[in-house]
Amino acid sequence: MSPLDLAPADLVRPARSVLSAPIRVALVGNPNSGKTAMFNALTGSRQKVANYAGVTVERKEGELTAPDGRRIRVLDLPGTYSLRARSPDEVVTRDAVLGRLAGETPPDVVVCVADATNLRLVLRLALELKAVGRPAVLALNMIDIAQRQGIEIDTERLSAELAMPVVGTVATRRRGIEDLVAQIEATAAHIAKAGADVWREPSAAEIRDLHREAQRILKLAVLPPKRPDTWTGRLDDVLLHPVAGILILLGVLFLMFQAVFTGAQPIMDMITQAFGVLSAAVGHALPNGILKSLLCDGIIAGVGSVLVFLPQIMILFLFIILLEDVGYMARAAFLLDKIMGGAGLHGRAFIPLLSSFACAIPGIMATRVIDNKRDRLTTILVAPLMTCSARIPVYTLIISAFIPARRLWGFVSLQGLVFFGLYATGLVSALAVAWVVRKIFWRGGAEPFLMELPAYKAPDPLNVARSVLQRGQIFLQRAGTIILSMMILIWFLSTWPGKPAGAAGSAIDYSFAGIIGHAIQPILAPVGFSWQMSVALIPGMAAREVAVGALGTVYAVSGGEGAVGVLGASLAHQWSLASALAFLAWYVFAPQCASTLGVVKRETNSWRWPIIMFVYMTALAYAAAFIVYQSALALGGG
Amino acid sequence: MDSLTDPETATSLADARRGFRGVIAAVREEASPVGGLAGAELERRLLEMGFVEGARVEILHEGFIGADPICVRLDDMRVALRRRDARGVLVRPDGGE
Repeated sequence: MSPLDLAPADLVRPARSVLSAPIRVALVGNPNSGKTAMFNALTGSRQKVANYAGVTVERKEGELTAPDGRRIRVLDLPGTYSLRARSPDEVVTRDAVLGRLAGETPPDVVVCVADATNLRLVLRLALELKAVGRPAVLALNMIDIAQRQGIEIDTERLSAELAMPVVGTVATRRRGIEDLVAQIEATAAHIAKAGADVWREPSAAEIRDLHREAQRILKLAVLPPKRPDTWTGRLDDVLLHPVAGILILLGVLFLMFQAVFTGAQPIMDMITQAFGVLSAAVGHALPNGILKSLLCDGIIAGVGSVLVFLPQIMILFLFIILLEDVGYMARAAFLLDKIMGGAGLHGRAFIPLLSSFACAIPGIMATRVIDNKRDRLTTILVAPLMTCSARIPVYTLIISAFIPARRLWGFVSLQGLVFFGLYATGLVSALAVAWVVRKIFWRGGAEPFLMELPAYKAPDPLNVARSVLQRGQIFLQRAGTIILSMMILIWFLSTWPGKPAGAAGSAIDYSFAGIIGHAIQPILAPVGFSWQMSVALIPGMAAREVAVGALGTVYAVSGGEGAVGVLGASLAHQWSLASALAFLAWYVFAPQCASTLGVVKRETNSWRWPIIMFVYMTALAYAAAFIVYQSALALGGG
Repeated sequence: MDSLTDPETATSLADARRGFRGVIAAVREEASPVGGLAGAELERRLLEMGFVEGARVEILHEGFIGADPICVRLDDMRVALRRRDARGVLVRPDGGE
């Protein structure tokens, strides 16, 4: 049936535009309704991920061509229970549906994606959509599970009561998709005009009325399950058990941490080596000079420093997406809510914070699991305080050079104790900062912890793979570009201008980094930093572990990684114990990582938060280093 | 049904223990607990999550510190919430089916 078969009088729009312009479809649904699987089933690989203008909410759009050649453009909107938006994501959903979103064309058809085994709340959402007058189609997704449970759904009755077409689908197996597309086309063809924006915030009484109406329709059209899902209950008895549940959770987190921390290491080493080889090959082919330095130390090293994050990010998101899809994420948040809540954090903040022990970059990206904007920002702000793996080389260098390899009480290694102390300081200060942010800056209005625990489901491998790849792609496209440009900037500062011929000292002294380092040294003198240490901080912005190499450069200790022992001996000779301890304290807090700031800029879509992060972390670092240095001096560590 | 939804003799879901089964008698605007949301907003969110008069509730699980948060069966869904957010949900135990 071509749209031309319709009587022309029915069409307010000219037939021309019906034929040429794509139909715009928006997917709306409760969380866990299989909306993303539906989006994938509809659009396949023809997807584009971007951000909505001015907000950090992800915009996912894809396209498909109907059997009759008509193009359909599908927008995947964030999951919601109601048009009364509670988070920035839900504001986007509401405004997109209502056609209020700046720069977005209102959808011609809204597809309301429902979990067929759990219709109560989505029926109310469908009624809300009906009330605003947007043409809608209800997709009863996971209809196979509903059938297996013996839930009988009278789709004709449901369709008549809701005044919208109803289609049964199994998105993960692409069942019912053709039918859905046909209904979308039919609905779009019948539109006389887009519904006027008549929506306003419903009162509690109106929500109750809508519930009653949804309940009435549910009774009419749906018979309860004959064989209800008992697995979810049985699994929850174990997984939410006060003892067993916690032990299993710790096991899962341990596994995830191991995978991110050590599982990614071989691939990361391979990337580092490959770029080292590439850099050497290019360096060999080019004459010495600024071009060679730019290519090898600037661009190739910069691209390498972006790619090196990719294994950790992909592994972490594999875990996150699996845990989300299986339905375990909500349980983990339930188990940890009390602990995290004590610091003013959301129960879901544990994944980003735990990941930040490996690296703050994937950790900050993982804050997407937190819906509420303030909870998410707090988590982003404290994530870099967790001791990331890049601090380990710095800690190792300083500790082995300055802390005697003694044992306390016969069995505790003093070096190990200092190491542990640095980790603990990072963790405790992250929780403390989160608490302060919550108490001082965001008083009142704490979000309620109110979360559906979805039925457990087997994950769909294809959807999981697609989502993981998408995360990697997003990181490369968006954070990657910022990180790369920062790396090139740092390279420029550290090499330009070059060392004059015949001048003494190392080249970095004469560069902008050297000039800046000398300039800020008076400020850093009270925390015990020499000008060499101050200079090393500038290239050290590339990544924390780069500080080791930078110190090597400044002290003109050549020989790469094998020379760490030599460098340690050299530092032990030139630094006082007080300075060394102050340097450690500095590295617990200081934002010595341009990539982290870059990814914060990306995730928050503004320079405001990376600047706030830089300022507060520098202030903490300075205070901590000052206290440590002055106390150590007073105790005779000068 | 009327006796079940009479709010006068109901208790708060926030005080119910694990194993409690009953029916929601009323959802009220509860004076905002310290650091919580304004009562009217919390009431609407509870309603939107399905905490409506007449819905069946059962407390399935409790958190391990202070028995908080709680996991409740709400008609045919499972919902987790903190006890302080459940204060405005008034429930009446049923005969113990």
